[in-house]
Amino acid sequence: MGLSILGLSRFQFAMTTIYHFFFIPVSIGLALAVAIMETMYAVNKKLVYLKMAKFWGKIFLLSFAVGVVTGIIQEFQFGMNWSNYSRFMGDIFGAPLAIEALLAFFMESTFIGVWMFTWDRFKPGVHAIFIWLTWLGSTLSAIWILAANSFMQHPTGFEINKATGHVRLRSFMDVVANPQLWRAFPHVIFAAVMTGGMIILGMSAFAMLHKRTQQHDGDKVFFTKSIRFGAVVALVGAVFATGAGDLQTQFIIEDQPMKFAATEAIYNDTSDPAPWAVVSLINEEDKTANSIEIPYMLSLLSYHSTSGSVKGMNTVNKELHEQYDAKFGKDMNYYVPVTTLFWSFRFMALSAAIAGLASILALWFTRKGKDTLMNYRWLLWIMGACTFVPFIGTTGGWLITELGRYPWIVYGLLTIADGVSPTATVPSLLFTNIVYFLLFLLLGAVMIFYSRRVLYQGPDGEGELPAGKARAAERTSPVSAQSTGSVSGNAGGTERSVALS
Amino acid sequence: MNFLEGLWFIVIALLFALFLAFDGLDFGVGMATRFIAENGRERSLFMRAIGPHWDGNEVWLITAGGAMFAAFPLWYASLFSGYYILLFLVLVGLILRGVSFEFSAHALTDRERSIWQWANFVGSLAAPFFLGMMLTSLIQGVPMDSDGNAWAGFFDVFNWLSVVGGIAVVFFCFVHGLHFLSLKLDRVMSRKMLNVTQKAYWIAYPALAAFVVLALIFTDFYAVRPVSSWLITVVILAATIAGHASALAHRGGWAFISSAVTLAGIIAFIFNGLFPRVMIATDAANDLLIKDAAASPYTMAIMTVVLCVLLPAVVAYFAWSYAIQRKRLPAVDAPDANLKYAE
Ligand code: HDD
Ligand code: HEM
Ligand code: HEM
Repeated sequence: MGLSILGLSRFQFAMTTIYHFFFIPVSIGLALAVAIMETMYAVNKKLVYLKMAKFWGKIFLLSFAVGVVTGIIQEFQFGMNWSNYSRFMGDIFGAPLAIEALLAFFMESTFIGVWMFTWDRFKPGVHAIFIWLTWLGSTLSAIWILAANSFMQHPTGFEINKATGHVRLRSFMDVVANPQLWRAFPHVIFAAVMTGGMIILGMSAFAMLHKRTQQHDGDKVFFTKSIRFGAVVALVGAVFATGAGDLQTQFIIEDQPMKFAATEAIYNDTSDPAPWAVVSLINEEDKTANSIEIPYMLSLLSYHSTSGSVKGMNTVNKELHEQYDAKFGKDMNYYVPVTTLFWSFRFMALSAAIAGLASILALWFTRKGKDTLMNYRWLLWIMGACTFVPFIGTTGGWLITELGRYPWIVYGLLTIADGVSPTATVPSLLFTNIVYFLLFLLLGAVMIFYSRRVLYQGPDGEGELPAGKARAAERTSPVSAQSTGSVSGNAGGTERSVALS
Repeated sequence: MNFLEGLWFIVIALLFALFLAFDGLDFGVGMATRFIAENGRERSLFMRAIGPHWDGNEVWLITAGGAMFAAFPLWYASLFSGYYILLFLVLVGLILRGVSFEFSAHALTDRERSIWQWANFVGSLAAPFFLGMMLTSLIQGVPMDSDGNAWAGFFDVFNWLSVVGGIAVVFFCFVHGLHFLSLKLDRVMSRKMLNVTQKAYWIAYPALAAFVVLALIFTDFYAVRPVSSWLITVVILAATIAGHASALAHRGGWAFISSAVTLAGIIAFIFNGLFPRVMIATDAANDLLIKDAAASPYTMAIMTVVLCVLLPAVVAYFAWSYAIQRKRLPAVDAPDANLKYAE
């Protein structure tokens, strides 16, 4: 790639979307978790659920803020960096994007504003509706953006406009009914649920390591409840994400065989039954892979049967040349970045396994009557580290999906190289890449810093306040956290007056 | 050009106008945190005033962008790639502004909070300025090839008209933001805001005059569509005078509506002059026309149905969210009471 317009544009797209997608699953997953917590409070009036909703709501809002500002980049960069792609795809792509804004973003942004500032104005049952609507908005947004993305993976409902060579919409229903979409959507949503659960689980584990939690019974109850809640959510997410992932696998074996073969590092057709590579030493130059294999396993995974072989990349390469040479010429390279796909897939699957395991352990060690989790510091450290595991999974997933589509930007129709903006220049791309990178670094660092601060302040928001300093600050500037814009604010007044039961 | 294409041209204009009328007030409030607020508390109070609304307001821009992509993909492609650096600067502004609300809520000390208040201010200043520059350099025309690629050089983007245009947009956003604050804060603060705009408006007249002169020189708008261009110019002027008079009479509501109309008028002026083009090329043969930039009739029809179903719902709950939070915010000292209550 190097410092070419294409290389820099690709780097920019990959960087900005991967970064955007760090926050998306946290926002979607935590919104759901918080909505459930607040609803539980509305139903059973146990104060600890209200505290949970407010506390995890703060983390949710931090993630949401960064998710929103990075989302605007996404919206603009199709035109900015991929103008030929936009011209080619406009007839199909624009509609989902506009619908996403009208249907989803307005809902999200309006009701999150209402939710944040009206804690003291509505009954809990009514107030909970606002966070449910926020969550619904973000879920709808996922459907529509994935509809656009799914078209790029598996074009449906279109025809080629002979005059311009661009795609033209033929059936909107077919675009929405894209089979790829209805596999990707549940997968992404459950991945988000898993992520939300793991954030709660992992951060609670960190909190349990903290002195304050050890000393305050109220905090102990709070974080034990939270870790159990997070564990259940993460477990559900991990199980269903795996199930949906299996559906995707079934689909891409037929639909994008090159992508599938690459995730398994299979160059030559496998024997029947097919073995599954656990790890592999891949040489992309010589097109060889030395793998440690489990017999039968791949047939089981791909066909749910003890027989069946899988096509290797060399075969697929030949087929693709036969199919596309007339249109794209003989010189196309249809091999995708095998090593990246192979390991991305393993890390993604591993993230589900780790999340499941961590959840089960958390539930086990906090079970009724035998709540001993706090005694195992090493285990808490490991669980804390698990906070970051889902991000490896989601990033791996997108790398498979997007890099596995190589060399096409729209599968079988348009190559990546043909999609880029002809007017872009290397210096401007270099400049924007560097600025984005630094900005992202800053936003990420601040987001983590404030999340930590929220965590160590504890559910009552008082924990680690450097006593004198913070109090003084609040007095000189009373309209601070209290009202500038987070639940922390409105939580303040009402919450502190009512002690945890 | 068929009916739907014309309709969507108007819809896009409307969406941009709504964006400027709503997010414009947020930008104005952001500017006021430095230009008007006297201390950290007031800055926080100002930001609190738009806390529940700024994100929803910004979605008008996202919708305008999405709708442009859907209805006129070739326009979206040419415009966004052609104005690459300006849009990038707009994005940086929006990013800084966007995170500042949440981050400043987590600040513990005044110094820490002031970092995010600065971010809010800088973002609120940069975004409308560069957007205004883009919109006004758009109407002068840029070098374009027959594929619709705009090769805008530095001086196509950065020139007298675009700088004055950027400043005009910033200025009217500022006034508009103060009018919003006059509706949102207690009586004392409210009076203060209108006292400022009363004076600030005197700058508006020479600025508008300069803009019209530059537009006469650098654009063909008054030559191509003299009647409607002059008509809109008069509307903008009338709205400005109405805003000024309302501010003098301490009628915050009318002042707010007037400044909204002024901002919407700027968009109307630009879109009216563009019609039936969407991008003006220095070589008229390469102008991008509505009919050439448009999506297929089928996509247009789908989008029209979607718009008719969704927009009323959006407008309804959007308005509702303002209505339930219309109460004036208590004076700066009130939260102190809140704090005492808590301790
Ligand atoms: C699977 C879900 C998903 C995916 C693949 C994407 N997004 Fe996203 N996006 C969301 C899910 C989401 C969300 C959950 O709805 C966000 C994240 C956090 C948030 O605030 O809303 C969001 C925010 C968000 C915003 C800000 C909305 C606001 O101001 O409220 C925009 C403009 C976009 N996104 C646009 C995009 C584009 C153009 C994408 C294509 C590359 C994209 N997103 C990928
Ligand atoms: C938010 C989740 C997403 C992530 C993390 C993601 C990630 C990536 C990655 C890693 C690449 C490869 C860049 C490279 O060439 O090295 C890429 C390319 C691309 N993706 Fe995605 N993607 C996401 C969602 C989407 C969606 C929803 C769309 C469209 C609707 C999309 C459209 C594209 C385009 C146009 C490219 C550029 C062409 C290319 O380089 O392959 N992506 N993305
Ligand atoms: C072992 C279980 C899993 C399997 C079998 C699986 C399978 C897959 C497959 C085959 C793809 C590529 C789809 C395509 O190219 O169209 C994919 C994508 C993806 N995976 Fe997984 N996955 C699993 C677990 C997970 C987990 C736990 C996460 C989240 C932490 C995750 C997140 C993603 C994401 C975000 C994508 C990209 C979006 C998409 O195309 O759906 N996956 N997964």
